[in-house]
Amino acid sequence: MTDKLIFGRYMPGDSVIHRMDPRTKLLCSFYFIGIIFLCNNFASYALMFAFTLMAIFLSKVDLKFFIRGVKPMIWLILFTVILQLFFTQGGKVYWQWGVFSLTEFGVQNALFIFCRFVLIIFMSTLLTLTTPPLSLSDAIEALLRPLKVIKFPAHEVSLMLSIALRFVPTLMDETEKIMNAQRARGVDFNDGNLMDKMKAIVPLLIPLFISSFNRAEELATAMEARGYQGGDGRTKYRQLKWEMRDTVCVLVFALLTVALIFLRK
Amino acid sequence: MKPIIELSKVNFKYQEDDERQALTDVSLNVYEGEWLAVIGHNGSGKSTLAKTINGLIVPSSGDVVVEGLPMNEENVWNIRKKIGMVFQNPDNQFVGSTVEDDVAFGLENHGIPREDMLRIVKESLEKVRMTDFAKKEPVRLSGGQKQRVAIAGVVALSPDVIILDEATSMLDPEGRMEVIKTIQEIRDEKNITVISITHDIDEAANATRVLVMREGRVFKDGLPEEIFSAGQDLIEMGLDLPFPEKLKMEMRAQGMDVPADYMSEERMVEWLWTSALNK
Repeated sequence: MTDKLIFGRYMPGDSVIHRMDPRTKLLCSFYFIGIIFLCNNFASYALMFAFTLMAIFLSKVDLKFFIRGVKPMIWLILFTVILQLFFTQGGKVYWQWGVFSLTEFGVQNALFIFCRFVLIIFMSTLLTLTTPPLSLSDAIEALLRPLKVIKFPAHEVSLMLSIALRFVPTLMDETEKIMNAQRARGVDFNDGNLMDKMKAIVPLLIPLFISSFNRAEELATAMEARGYQGGDGRTKYRQLKWEMRDTVCVLVFALLTVALIFLRK
Repeated sequence: MKPIIELSKVNFKYQEDDERQALTDVSLNVYEGEWLAVIGHNGSGKSTLAKTINGLIVPSSGDVVVEGLPMNEENVWNIRKKIGMVFQNPDNQFVGSTVEDDVAFGLENHGIPREDMLRIVKESLEKVRMTDFAKKEPVRLSGGQKQRVAIAGVVALSPDVIILDEATSMLDPEGRMEVIKTIQEIRDEKNITVISITHDIDEAANATRVLVMREGRVFKDGLPEEIFSAGQDLIEMGLDLPFPEKLKMEMRAQGMDVPADYMSEERMVEWLWTSALNK
């Protein structure tokens, strides 16, 4: 089940990008999505593409994984692109039929939207392919910590996140076990109309919920027995370290922003 | 000798309107260095007893004293530091995302500085022979391996008492042997008191003392020799017998003359071959 999903999957490796601080990677990916909206001409998109491809090259992950990451989104992308293509007015008109028209701006916009989608997906895939989920949750915790000033429960949120991540495979296993057990007793998960399929989910969902409650109860007891009293006075085993390459990454992003603003017309 | 854990007249009910009490007038002393096995059929109050000892359950009446500290709100966290617990389900007590994180979890809770943590985690994993798995995630481990990690997490806190709450009941015979062997090694090295709640009679037969629970009461308390020589009584209670005792019963049924007192596996073997020689 997990092998089919590229999105959110981690590819172990030892490149510069892999070794970067997860905080840098997370923030930079968000920043990248922000500055992509600065692009408004072919030169700026070309620059962004060059930058993304360079990052992918540095990560030493095969390009085909990124293309596979785009695949599940392809219908959404095509839908948006086609809407843009036929409904944008302005510039030279190539073809017209009723409300549909193919214009210069339309083609241009459609291309830009396509590039924007692909770039965003490439960048977020790069983040998840090179960062283990664990480091990501560490990064999120570190980034949430300043919010403690406004009474935001940063420790609790990050603990929930890491427990959730840790239990994803366990619960997947269990789902499969329950499914097989119910199949053995004659529940059909694939056939029938929508209503039948929804009904077939019930004997899967209820046991899964109940067992999750039991798990939660036992886990809480085990945590308490091991002295867990909440976030205060705890030390941390894993630590994030800011290094030279992170500074370099931030500088590169600053340069990129300046270049984009310069290219913008 | 002063007991390390003292329970006197402990009563407990899960719900106010429960007809039967989970624990009734349980009084018990556990001494340093003992391996106490607690046996009894399902619902006899074994697990409740374990939870009472480290304060996960507050008894409705009676006193719990651990190493001279009476159990109350003030002391409960100090007591938990002295008592390590390993639970039944290997998956549901694995808090960390990887093996080393899980071992470190208890240390983090007690605010141990990071430099010490790195050292203790490494040492604890060595003790349970899981060093090669330090970076592995729980899904990649077998049940026995997960229980060994749980033991490492307990050992890291260097407790005086380890409670095994049916810690081997979900494991295969091989995993069970592994876990028991690991505990025995750690106990020999550090003179830790072990309280083992178990359905595994052979494990109980190797304890230094056996406690039989029945309907929330202490039914019998004594050396394994004393407990298991009362064979028929145990079977009537729905409990099993250690293998040598079973063999003796079968032999008796065949009309053979066997000694009445309890025998360990070694003694049984010895008796068998000497009796054959004497004939």
